[in-house]
Amino acid sequence: MRAVSLGISAWGLVTGVAMVKSGLSVQLALAISLFVFAGSAQLAALPLIAAGAPLWLILGTAFCVNLRFVVFSAQMRPYFDTVPRLRRLLYGYLIGDLNQVLMIRRHPHPTGSPEQVHYFIGVSLANWVAWQVPSIAGIVLAQHIPGSWGVAFAGTLALLGIVLSLLADRTIAVVIVVASALSAMLFWLPLRLNLVAAIVGALTVGMVWEAWSNRQLAAGNTVLDGTKP
Amino acid sequence: MTLLQQIALVAGLTAVTVLSRNLFLLSRRPMPLPGRVKIALRFAPAAALAAVVAPELLLLTPLGPPWVKLGAAIVAAGYFFARRGILGTILSGMLAFWALGWMARTWP
Repeated sequence: MRAVSLGISAWGLVTGVAMVKSGLSVQLALAISLFVFAGSAQLAALPLIAAGAPLWLILGTAFCVNLRFVVFSAQMRPYFDTVPRLRRLLYGYLIGDLNQVLMIRRHPHPTGSPEQVHYFIGVSLANWVAWQVPSIAGIVLAQHIPGSWGVAFAGTLALLGIVLSLLADRTIAVVIVVASALSAMLFWLPLRLNLVAAIVGALTVGMVWEAWSNRQLAAGNTVLDGTKP
Repeated sequence: MTLLQQIALVAGLTAVTVLSRNLFLLSRRPMPLPGRVKIALRFAPAAALAAVVAPELLLLTPLGPPWVKLGAAIVAAGYFFARRGILGTILSGMLAFWALGWMARTWP
């Protein structure tokens, strides 16, 4: 927990600094850190806000980045079966990358017992503090860092680290390459619509690639089995 | 940005996080995830993040020639694949960024 929360804290500090250094006011950055509480979505929104992209595109991109939380919420659902709905939503708000991983590692089989729920609350509050304290410190300290140091680039590097950590198999690698190439080549589009084109294009290629490689796999199996002529 | 735009931005982003984190906690009964949706959910975050990062590294380089950011990103990626820590990835990338930026200014 301590080793991973160090990573969370570094990421929080970088996000706080990057928000102010990319042009947000201290008040706006504080409000985003405290209410939004989603590091990669916050970092992804920064270049869009700086470029004056329309609100729907900023929110749409943030939602795409946050789609992993949808998967987490589906995974956490059985743990909270006995919890009343309103409190369940409060716990849901605290779901993050770190506490989700810790929860599944410590309690692989959800029983809905209070012990499991208490474990979730404990790691989630620790995660919240490990994120918010450095994030707020970064926001407050950022104004004293000279602009010529280019520390906003640390935010881009943090995003790069997240992209690389998502690299689980060959299909995701294809998705990442297609999204990067489309986004850079279509950068001349107005309103940063290159993002929409890149996400839609990469998802389409990813689905087709997955379907094709599954069929290849299935074809390979029948040959190896020797059951079909 | 006007105050109203700022409030709309914070409210909108907060709504996005609350919705994405609670989508499967809202219903009274647990719902299974359909297979096709699961595939899209697996790809979408990587696609969105890569689409944001790529132009930052390849095109938007106000502080020097394009190879400064790209070189720093390659060093950071190298660290990530060797050691897998987010802190070291950011630090190694920043050190390379400063070193390459200094080189670009010294030998134009």
